[in-house]
Amino acid sequence: MTVLFGVFLLSLLVITAIAIVRTENLFVAVMLMGIASLLIAANFFILDAADVALTEAAVGAGISTVLFLSALALTSERERSPTSRKLLSFTVVVVAALVVIYATFDKPRFGDPEAPAQTHVAPWYLEKTPEYIDIPNVVTAVLGSYRAYDTLGEVFVVFTAGVGVLFLLGPGTGAAGQRTGPTDPGAGLRHHLIPRVVGRVLIPFILLFGLYVQFHGEYGPGGGFQAGALIAAAIVLYALLEGERQALRVLPERLLVGLMAGGALLYAGVGIAGMALGGNFLDYSVLAGNPVKGQQLGILLIEAGVGITVTGTLLGIFHAFAARER
Amino acid sequence: MDTVLDILSWFLLVAGGCSVLIGGIGAVRMPDLYTRMHAASVTDSLGSILVIVGVMLQAGLSLAAIKLGAILLFLLLTGPTASNALASAALLAGTRPFAELPEEPEDAR
Repeated sequence: MTVLFGVFLLSLLVITAIAIVRTENLFVAVMLMGIASLLIAANFFILDAADVALTEAAVGAGISTVLFLSALALTSERERSPTSRKLLSFTVVVVAALVVIYATFDKPRFGDPEAPAQTHVAPWYLEKTPEYIDIPNVVTAVLGSYRAYDTLGEVFVVFTAGVGVLFLLGPGTGAAGQRTGPTDPGAGLRHHLIPRVVGRVLIPFILLFGLYVQFHGEYGPGGGFQAGALIAAAIVLYALLEGERQALRVLPERLLVGLMAGGALLYAGVGIAGMALGGNFLDYSVLAGNPVKGQQLGILLIEAGVGITVTGTLLGIFHAFAARER
Repeated sequence: MDTVLDILSWFLLVAGGCSVLIGGIGAVRMPDLYTRMHAASVTDSLGSILVIVGVMLQAGLSLAAIKLGAILLFLLLTGPTASNALASAALLAGTRPFAELPEEPEDAR
């Protein structure tokens, strides 16, 4: 059954990908990218990778679509006519695709118990997590503790991306602040009653769900990346409804930059605190009297750092796009 | 009792699947944006209600049923709102309904 669903979803994914390549309307392409993300998220889910599925759905299908759309508002709706080098790019794509397809022949069979991923460190993680960290979700244990260096790197990648976008587009508070009146793009949907009422009802629940995903990561699918995207989505919805200026009044640009840097600092600070208390960098066992409690505390803190940085970065990028003069 | 619930739930699931299919066909075949949205709303509201209630009957009285209820409530709130936003955006952008163009009887004015 899983294979059948997988084949069905992947065929839809291929169809969507071809449609993305073929369309010349960029709005359509953005919407199709959202659909592609949702399809791959569903595929992750039937492979029992609930954490990855949640991330893909929240970031790929949710926030990226909004960011793409706000970027599109600055450019034209149509794709620029293709340049001449068609044959060359076609050849490159075909060769690359053939190489990738050739490489898949060496991959282990789906679900093969002898596959390197199954025989290397994974059994150790599954066996030792109850003993060392004592949380039910092994994915969070791997992500937050065993592979904490990788996650730290990811957080800094997110942070760097946010700083890069802000450098390119500049903090745009000035442009949105000057326009007034009912046609003001900064005023949001204040004159549209239905979206506004429903949105106001939904925003608290989205925020609550974001916090649940943030702090329930030790027990179920979730964690800082997903929660950051959800909380950012709630505030983007608020910005769409009440106008961007109102959203910036709640969370000013300076605070967002602070969140971006603060989350990454919190993460690295937890690592340095471990060193100061006599352990290694990002070794949480020394953070509390009991090593297991220390691990749990460390994971909670670094997940909070991840969530803060992701929220700050996504909102910073959104405002940088939205506030820019057309 | 279980058999009755099973039959009822399967009936709801099949009916939901049919309405999703009808909505999909309508979204492709209808002539303009507004009628397409009208067709798609069959998927949106009727389809989701039937499918989720059908799955709720399968789940029985459990946490899963409550979660499904919450999802249904969320869909019923957001779906029509999104349709409303889409239609008013289209109207603001100047998309005219298809049916307005032909057949305006002369003697009516």
